[in-house]
This record gives sequence, structure tokens and C-alpha cells, in this order.
Amino acid sequence: MAAVLAMVARGCGGVWRRLRQRCAVRPGSGPFPRGERAVACNARGGMMSAGKSGLTPWIPVVGLEIHAQISSNSKLFSGSQVQFAAPPNSLVSFFDASLPGTLPVLNRRCVEAAVMTGLALNCHINKKSLFDRKHYFYADLPAGYQITQQRVPIAVNGSLSYSLCIDNKMSQMVTKTVRIKQIQLEQDSGKSLHDDARSQTLVDLNRAGVGLMELVMEPDMCCGEEAAAAVRELQLILQTLGSSQAVMAEGQLRVDANVSVHHPGEPYGVRTEVKNINSIRFLAKAVDYEIQRQIEELGNGGTISNETRAFDSKLGCTVPMRDKEGKQDYRFMPEPNLPPLILYDAKSLPANMNHQQVINIDWIRERLPDLPSVKREKLVEQYGILPEHSFTLLVWQQDQNCNSRHSNEDGLPEFFENVVKQTQMKPKKVIGWILNDLLSYLKQHSLTVKESPVSSFLLADLLNLLEKKEISSTAAKQVLAELWKGKGKTPLETVKEQKLELLQDQKELEQICQAVIDGQENEVMAIKAGNQKVLNKLIGLVQKKTQGRSNPVLVKQLLEKKLSE
Amino acid sequence: MRVLSLGRWLRAGRVPPREPASRPSGHRHSGHRPQGPPQELPQGPSQVPPQVPPQKVSVEVLEHLEHLALVDFRDSEGVERLQKAIQFADQLHEVNTDGVEPMDSVLEDRWCLYLREDDVTEGNCTKELLENARETVEEYFVAPPGINLCKSLVVLLETFDV
Repeated sequence: MAAVLAMVARGCGGVWRRLRQRCAVRPGSGPFPRGERAVACNARGGMMSAGKSGLTPWIPVVGLEIHAQISSNSKLFSGSQVQFAAPPNSLVSFFDASLPGTLPVLNRRCVEAAVMTGLALNCHINKKSLFDRKHYFYADLPAGYQITQQRVPIAVNGSLSYSLCIDNKMSQMVTKTVRIKQIQLEQDSGKSLHDDARSQTLVDLNRAGVGLMELVMEPDMCCGEEAAAAVRELQLILQTLGSSQAVMAEGQLRVDANVSVHHPGEPYGVRTEVKNINSIRFLAKAVDYEIQRQIEELGNGGTISNETRAFDSKLGCTVPMRDKEGKQDYRFMPEPNLPPLILYDAKSLPANMNHQQVINIDWIRERLPDLPSVKREKLVEQYGILPEHSFTLLVWQQDQNCNSRHSNEDGLPEFFENVVKQTQMKPKKVIGWILNDLLSYLKQHSLTVKESPVSSFLLADLLNLLEKKEISSTAAKQVLAELWKGKGKTPLETVKEQKLELLQDQKELEQICQAVIDGQENEVMAIKAGNQKVLNKLIGLVQKKTQGRSNPVLVKQLLEKKLSE
Repeated sequence: MRVLSLGRWLRAGRVPPREPASRPSGHRHSGHRPQGPPQELPQGPSQVPPQVPPQKVSVEVLEHLEHLALVDFRDSEGVERLQKAIQFADQLHEVNTDGVEPMDSVLEDRWCLYLREDDVTEGNCTKELLENARETVEEYFVAPPGINLCKSLVVLLETFDV
């Protein structure tokens, strides 16, 4: 095992070395630092140059298969509980263990979750969908087959729109769309732990039978960054709907990438499937690495085989996963124990059926919450903030949700709105304080918005002082730092304590300005000679003398007035 | 397990128990299983229609089937049984099904899929489940590592003590 790993490492290292030599030297960590792409696929509309050799360009093609664990109390076909960490085999019913004589019974909530997700992704919901068996043998699949929807899934032909920033500064955002081929309901398998020391596999069936939504995307993407952005948006949508908590670290969202490259005008190349991707960051890395690997391989005259590769996050490369015993034949057959799933809408609603047995697509559609794109637009419209800022507000909330197991907690957007309500400061200015100051504190101390020692009320109070020009913005930052310590003081108390009020006495300010001018003869001469920049130095000196308690705009005016006399 | 039984039945030269179905031969099954083992697989009076040539099972197909279904055909008699079983099933080709939707159930529209409420009603029976296993380690089932599919049949038997 160690020998194999070493070989793999050497192999990957060799590739990296060759890649580094070919690419121009770029600052940043790793061969594909974020924001600087060896693959400039957006700008060039999906094409990549092959480097300095000037050969025909390659078009990378990326398609994703995503499994999202449905957020429900019980499993898809049985009444055992869905829970992340629990004693092994404690959340397993007889059906999950595939004991003879047990039958699947469909969970209503899972169907609703799939319908919600389908509607949010603009899919056509199939009013009649079917269940099938997919056969393969593995220790964590006790039945020897998985119940899925291969022939007629619950939703088809949708789309997912996501935003991407063209450069690293987040000042230019572009919207892209990826088509969703289908969404299907299926069972999860159990977990196998490989104990190589004792040459055995330990099987825990707690996860066996949990409901999954498999989302199959068309290969409309062309690089790691697009894939990552699409998955982020999908995650946000799923969390907003509540159909899945989509926390990748807990395996609630699993992404497999299908990657291939071809020359323009030629048919699609052979694709490889990349698995074992544990975070969105690694997704981008894995896809970009695989694209480069394939281009290199084909450029050297080699071929790409239709294989499954695993992403090794430590080495940052993909390695072949299992020895291919030829194409898998899953022997799909209709699930004989489940009749077709029939969904209704307002028109087709049957008159005399028990409500509990009826799922009405229109009813669900009416109750869909605002999707992230709608939320962002509303924020921009209502508060006049920039789209990029609106994006950051929601993305931060999403990051928090990923790191905690609580979704739907009040996040940054709500905090922002609360501050705006309680202050006279314009939202456009407030957003700066939220995204620059508050956010950096939260990040520094790894806190969620709920855990912030500075409440929206306190921040609003502080910003009011600033707005009324009772303190300068430098002073405000000092006060914020003090408030952050959470000692329970109000902004006004802190201002008084640290004597941060702006000097209101015009005469006193004029005297200080005069004193500074008198003391800096060289600078005064330079300014009079036309060098306006030196004025800033004088302003700085006045600030120093007043201990930051002077309004810089006013100081500038006074100085200019005096100097022109 | 169903697939295992097929292999066993084939080798023993018996007909695997099947649901009563109407066949073009006109034989009527009363609904219960055939008594005693017939020595041959019954062929209806009409053989396979001439346009479908009798299938010869190649070595590759045989290996593929054994690999997928974890069945061991073992000897030429088993292969012969398989051959005859395929020929028997090929009688289905006699019926023209062009443009006919496959049936999901004989109950057709009367069989509604029952939707269960999302309540936790099962689980917490670790001890009972583990009783079925030949070997366990700290409440985990134990399986030999990897699926070497030649002998996986044995693997699964051992894990779940079927």
C-alpha cells in the first residue's frame, strides 16, 4: 500500500514539475491559484490555448453529478431515523438491513423535497414517475440493488443560473447557466470502513436507505471555477428551500465531475469521472487538474481511458480509482414493489382522495421561499447596494451554514437590514461597515453572526454618531474595536471614555491648524509652490494634535483657507 | 437470495418456482407450484419463432453473467440448462408488442403508491440485527475487504449469514 502511494506521489510530482515548467511563473500558491487561471475559459468563451507551442486549442467539457441528501426525519422507504453521528447500526430498520419479507414504503416528505427542488431549478415535474432497481454487489448495499428512478425520474429539463466574477476583485460579475438533465429520488448506501490491518471491512448501515436527490447536469461547464460557482449556488438554493442542508463536509452533498477535452469542431473526447471531492475548493482544483492532465496526455500522443479517478486532496491530483473490470452492467429492472408515483396539480386534483395521499405541485410552488437570486435582487433594489455586495452578503451566510449544522439562522443579510432600519446612515455606506469591518472581525474570531458581541442595535447606534458627525470615521473604528470586546458599554459611553468626540469648537480647531502651519515651513512652501499632496501631511499632523478628534474634511478646508491667505 | 436460487435450480434440473402466467401453449396452471421436479424445462407446443435464431451462449457472455449475478454455472450441464432457459424465454418474441406501453402492475390504475408521513417509527434494534451476522466488531457488521467478484458470493453469505 505504501509503495503504491509513493509511486502515485512520484507520478503526480512528475506531472506537476512538467506543468510548472510549461506555465509562466505565477505568484500565488499552487499551480492553479484562485483567481489566476491557467485556464482562462470565461474570457475566451471556453477555449484554452495549449501554451506556447501554438497548437490547436482544447475545449474542456465538465459535467457534474450531484447527490444531495434529503433533509427529512426518516428515511426514503422506511421509518428509521436520519441522523449524522449515531452509534453504528442503531438507525437501521429491518427493511434497511434487507431482511426478507420487508417492503419499501415511500416517505411523503422526500417527494415534496424533490418537487420543491425541481421547481426551484425550473424543471418539468413528471406527474408520473417510476422506480427501478439498480443492481451491483457491495458490502454496504445489503439488498444487492439500489432503488432509484432510471427510466422516468421525478423532474427533468431544468436549469441553474449562477454568478461568476471575471477577475479577482469581484467587480465584474457575469451570469451563466447550466442545464439540469434530471432529478431523481434514490436510496443512499451504508458506510464501509476498511480495516486493512485486519484485512476486513466494517459495515455501518445507518446511512443505508436515506433519501437522496441525484441531480444530473448537462456538460455545459468548462472549468473548475464554473463548476465551483454552480455548486455554491445550488447549495444556497437547497439550503434556502430546506430540501437539503447540503453540508459537503458531512456528506450531505456529494459531487462527481465528468471531465473531457476536445478540439473545436471535433466530437467530445473520452471522459473520466472524478470522485472523492470533499469541498467546493477541491472541486475546482480537481476539475482543473484533470483538464490539464488530459491535455498533457493527449498532447504527448497518449489516450484517455473512460475510467474513474479519485481526487487526492493532499497531493492535489487525480489518481485512477479501481481497476476497471469492464463497463458495469447494472441490470436495471422496474421495482416490482412500488407502483408509479403520481403527482397532481390544481387542475388534476382528485376530488375524493385523502389529502395526506395527495401531493399538489401547484400548492408546493405557491409556497416556495424566495430563491437566493431573488433575494439578491431585492437587496439591490431596496437598498441600492451593488450586486457584488449583495452576493457577498448571501455567500457569507452560506459559508456559515456549511460550517454549522444549523441552517436558517439569522445571517448577515438580516443583520444588515436591521442596522439599516435603526440608522440614518445610507444603506450604501452601511454595507461598507458590514462587509469590511464587521465581517473581518467575525472571520478573525471564527464567529457566526448570531455570536457577534456587537449587535445590530449597537452598530446602528455607532453609525448614527458617525452620521451626525459627532465622531470621525477613524474614531468610529476605534469604538467598534472597543465594542467588540463585549464589555457591555454603549458607543456613546465608549466615545466619552476615550474622548473621541470630534472637536466642535471651530476656534480651537483654527488655532491648531495655525500652529501646524507655523511649525511646518518647508511643507507650506511646497504647497504654495503647487504640490497639493503635501497638504495631506499637514492634515495628518492636525489629526495627531487633536488625537483623531478632528473632522478631516473641515481641517482640509481650514488649512486651504489659511494657506491661501 | 433470488439469483443464487436460480443457479441451484438450474443445476438440479428443476424448474424454478414462478408465478402463474398464461402461455400461448394453452396450458392452464391452477395457481400452485408444480408438484415434484419435472426432468426437463417445459417447452410449449410452439417453439421459438423462426426469425429468432437459437442463442448460443458464448464464453464471454457466460463469464459476464457469472460476474454480474454471482452465479457459478460450474459445468456443461449448467450451461445447457441456461441455454434451454433462454430458449424458453425467447417464446416471448412471438407476441408483437409494437406500440404497447409496458404494464407496471396487473392492478393498473387501482394500485396507488401509499405515501408515509415523515415520522421516526423504526430503528434502535442494533442487537437484533447483529444477531444475524456471523461476525461483528463493536456493533459493525464484518465483511472481507474489497469485492473480489469471483468469490463475492461467499463474501455476502458470510457477512449476512444468509
